[in-house]
Amino acid sequence: MTTLARTYLGARAAAGPLVYLAGTQRARLGEWVTLRTAGQPTLRGQVIDAGRDVTVVQVLEDTLGLGPAAVEVTLTGELASVVVGKELLGRALSGAGDPRDGLPPPIGEALRPLWGAPINPVRRVPPSDFIETGVSAIDGMNTLVRGQKLPVFSGPGLPALELAATIVESARAPRGEPFAVVFVAIGITERETRTFLERFERSGALERSVLYVNQAQDPTIERLLAPRAGLACAEHLAFVHGLHVLVVMADITHYCDALREVGAAREEVPGRRGYPGYMYTDLASLFERAGVVRGKPGSVTQLPVLTMPDDDITHPIPDLTGYITEGQVVLSRDLFRRGVSPPIDVLPSLSRLMNAGIGKDRTVPEHRKWADQLYSVYARGREARQMVAIVGESGLSAADRRALELAEGFEKGLVHQAGLRRTLAQTLEAGWRLLDELPREDLLKLSDAQLEPRKAQREAAARRRAEAKPP
Amino acid sequence: MTGPKLRRVVGALAEASGMRDAVLNELVRVGDAGLLGEVLRLTGDVATLQVFEETSGLALEEPVLRSKQPLSVQLGPGLLGAVIDGIGRPLQALAAAGGDFIAPGVDASTLDPTTRWDFSPVVTVGQQVRAGDVLGTVLEKGLVHRILVPLGKEGTIERVASGAVRTDEPVAWLLDGPTLHLWQRWPVRRTRPARARLASTEPLLTGQRIFDVLFPIAEGGTVAVPGGFGTGKTVIEQSLAKYAQADVVVYVGCGERGNEMAEVLHEFGALVDPRSGRPVLERTVLVVNTSNMPVAARESSVYLGLTIAEYFRDQGYRAAVMADSLSRWAEALREIGSRLQEMPGEEGYPTYLASRAARLHERAGRVQCLGAPERTGSVTLFSAVSPPGGDFSEPVTQACLRVGGAVWALDPALAHQRQFPAVDWNASYSLYAEGAEAWFAERVDRRWGETRSRLLELLQRDGELREIAAVVGPEALEDHDRLLLAAAALVRELVLGQSAFDPNDAYSSPQKSFRLARAAIDFHDAGRAALKGGSSFAELDVGRVRQALAAARDAAAADAEAAFLKLDEALRALGRTP
Ligand SMILES: Nc1ncnc2c1ncn2[C@@H]1O[C@H](COP(=O)(O)OP(=O)(O)OP(=O)(O)O)[C@@H](O)[C@H]1O
Ligand SMILES: [Mg+2]
Repeated sequence: MTTLARTYLGARAAAGPLVYLAGTQRARLGEWVTLRTAGQPTLRGQVIDAGRDVTVVQVLEDTLGLGPAAVEVTLTGELASVVVGKELLGRALSGAGDPRDGLPPPIGEALRPLWGAPINPVRRVPPSDFIETGVSAIDGMNTLVRGQKLPVFSGPGLPALELAATIVESARAPRGEPFAVVFVAIGITERETRTFLERFERSGALERSVLYVNQAQDPTIERLLAPRAGLACAEHLAFVHGLHVLVVMADITHYCDALREVGAAREEVPGRRGYPGYMYTDLASLFERAGVVRGKPGSVTQLPVLTMPDDDITHPIPDLTGYITEGQVVLSRDLFRRGVSPPIDVLPSLSRLMNAGIGKDRTVPEHRKWADQLYSVYARGREARQMVAIVGESGLSAADRRALELAEGFEKGLVHQAGLRRTLAQTLEAGWRLLDELPREDLLKLSDAQLEPRKAQREAAARRRAEAKPP
Repeated sequence: MTGPKLRRVVGALAEASGMRDAVLNELVRVGDAGLLGEVLRLTGDVATLQVFEETSGLALEEPVLRSKQPLSVQLGPGLLGAVIDGIGRPLQALAAAGGDFIAPGVDASTLDPTTRWDFSPVVTVGQQVRAGDVLGTVLEKGLVHRILVPLGKEGTIERVASGAVRTDEPVAWLLDGPTLHLWQRWPVRRTRPARARLASTEPLLTGQRIFDVLFPIAEGGTVAVPGGFGTGKTVIEQSLAKYAQADVVVYVGCGERGNEMAEVLHEFGALVDPRSGRPVLERTVLVVNTSNMPVAARESSVYLGLTIAEYFRDQGYRAAVMADSLSRWAEALREIGSRLQEMPGEEGYPTYLASRAARLHERAGRVQCLGAPERTGSVTLFSAVSPPGGDFSEPVTQACLRVGGAVWALDPALAHQRQFPAVDWNASYSLYAEGAEAWFAERVDRRWGETRSRLLELLQRDGELREIAAVVGPEALEDHDRLLLAAAALVRELVLGQSAFDPNDAYSSPQKSFRLARAAIDFHDAGRAALKGGSSFAELDVGRVRQALAAARDAAAADAEAAFLKLDEALRALGRTP
């Protein structure tokens, strides 16, 4: 597959991040390209359209000051790849894999293609290993498992990175199995990057991490590489070294904006809101790089973070993401305003792999029904809350009033944790306490056998209710 | 060396020069790696090709080899339980050759040529045979796999094999004519012919209450299942694949998740089909082209799946195709169309989207098969549709709605409340309902049709009353309206609600579905009688009925009778004040 490097003087044209070459020999799709101009830093790019007449190169760095007539372009004959290896743990790199920590470039163990090949579906093991995150709204209601891709849908200013950091901090704790964290900063600010890293530093996890950092001021097109560099590294750590790797990628919204920019430069027909029609496929090529492979001890779990523009979940970025990932954790501005921390709205949140990760031998046998029951009463309580605004509490039926009360208790007593970690057992107990308050007929998702262990608590609650009721 | 050479490579498309005699849809091998591709357009001596494998790494001037054949699939014993990609290669073979990650350029035949099958002929020497005639059978995983004379072949049997035959060996020899094999080839984009198309009347039981009772599907029919992300399309497709009354299921994972496919393999392998006593996987063919696999093969995977289903239909079986999701198929068309610089239609989709979707749906149906002995078969198509932003007015949803015989519209609000299946009964419909009613009335209960109308009426009235209740508060409603709300809540939550993960309720027999539905109607009637008799709504023991209905629904088979008796008691006790 290798071709020798070929160097050409002068390009036919340049526009935005694209350089157009004429008369190249045997250009290869995806080939790595270097562009030199006297007195300027060397730029790198990639062939995205190979043609006898015109070959198009997408340049990663800023093309400011690039003159097509004077540029010296080398087609390297190699496909884009990154250095990977255990040696990268503890390092901070740019989105393209160059050192950002003042240390020499890593030598690594291998080169891995940036555009990784898909895992053969028959080689996948269905993910089912429960990860205790310490976050009740996740562990209890939307369980995360190893090998899952579970994004956080955030809104501007909501504490998504804090949540991601909390999850990463806890997720590594149990069982003492070898783990690593890959953090990919995509176009986020210095402050956001620090928010995340400080949490991490405190817990001493930094030497188990590889950071790929492309910040707001860094070149836009490099944002398309950063997550791929991170995922290539994660795959190597997981499937060669057997580590359980958690990949946090923030912020996918900036990634999509970079994708749109390239699409616009190529004068492609834009899709919804100007994003390219192939954005689903492109995002899938990132998110599908999570999973567990047969016969390999490690795993790649993804926690992408994205900002819903205008808190709109139907915007193409959250929409396409939700169509690819295995659920989503949705943050709510309303809960945030009311001081609920983390402000997770469990109704639109979902973990599609929850069922495989819970139940007998994994968490507890009644986990599913416990969650279903809370969901059903909480959803009714939320509807009742809306109704109260119109008809007042007295207009509600008794069952609606009970549900409303549960909803309040659920948000304050289960979702809200104020920075404190809960074990799964504590989460389940908090939920049971809420359910204990309800009469049997409100609990149709649970069987008599499932309610049996709560008998004493339920009777006590019933007595309290009877006493509180005026005769 | 001369011959066709690459002159351009971009995305999933390539252009080759030196292709003057090529024809449209001809299969080609592209580049040094020999990637599979197909001719999409011819201009002078330049062919535009869509490439079914990853193109990065392809270099200009690499050779292109012509095959002089269209994209086709091998049909024969060995398909059941197979997992193949969008161009028919078994994924196991790809893994054996390339490891855990899919490497481009691997060649593998759909059927293993060396497997031996026990062939029992039904034709005899000297017999005249024509296309579609059954030559004989092999037993494949509990299914009698009928070996058919391929289209275009006919003659007198000169010799016929019996006993162990390898997949690649002949089973019959025609006088002065060709030899016939256990397998045949068929171009995936061409509909397999049948003698006659028949009306779709009998319902295909799904085991899902909301579908069998409210929106039934007929054998040979088509259903569109549109819904935003996380509304339950895949769970529905998987439940149908497990429990629907089809003989063979072709599950097409088109542009969706790898883990879902791993889950299907894992679960279907473990779940036993009560009718055959064998794992569900053994009646399933999986066509897998996940979202990160090449886009062009996503487009072909749907046709591949339909071709396989038609092949089993032609043997006289009920085949069902679960396509998840047709939106990804349409997006593949859009992606390729836009690279071809075609004039885009609505939302960038090619202008031929609707006609392609219609043609694709037309491959479903019930038919009188070609050949002897006489037999009928069917292909029923269930397609998930993934509208962007959950907006059903978009082109792909609209194209599928126009041609679907039934629509099961999914509602994110219900899904958020975990009310599953999250089917919006106002937006859903089935054109097969009338025909199905007669069938159910005859086989399950005479009151089937009446029960169904009553349920629909309840739900309709419930919607109106809930709007009023939202303004005045439920406490302000009259007693008979509160009763109706209580009856409708039974219907929504307990009768139509069905958890795919509850081992006792994931499948519901038509008898069970009817009893539960009828119980809700009986509750309404008994309640009305009680109100008429002077009771107030507050005096009715609604809680007991709710509990009894939930218990009857969720009871294990052995306890079901007792639970239904308790439900009857609760209904009888409804009006009697304690
Ligand atoms: N019948 C059901 N019973 C119980 N849970 C269900 C049912 N249907 C759906 N769910 C729940 O909803 C989740 C999402 O369903 P599913 O994956 O089928 O959605 P989808 O419509 O296919 O989404 P996408 O378009 O993103 O693929 C499931 O993981 C499951 O938790
Ligand atoms: Mg799905």
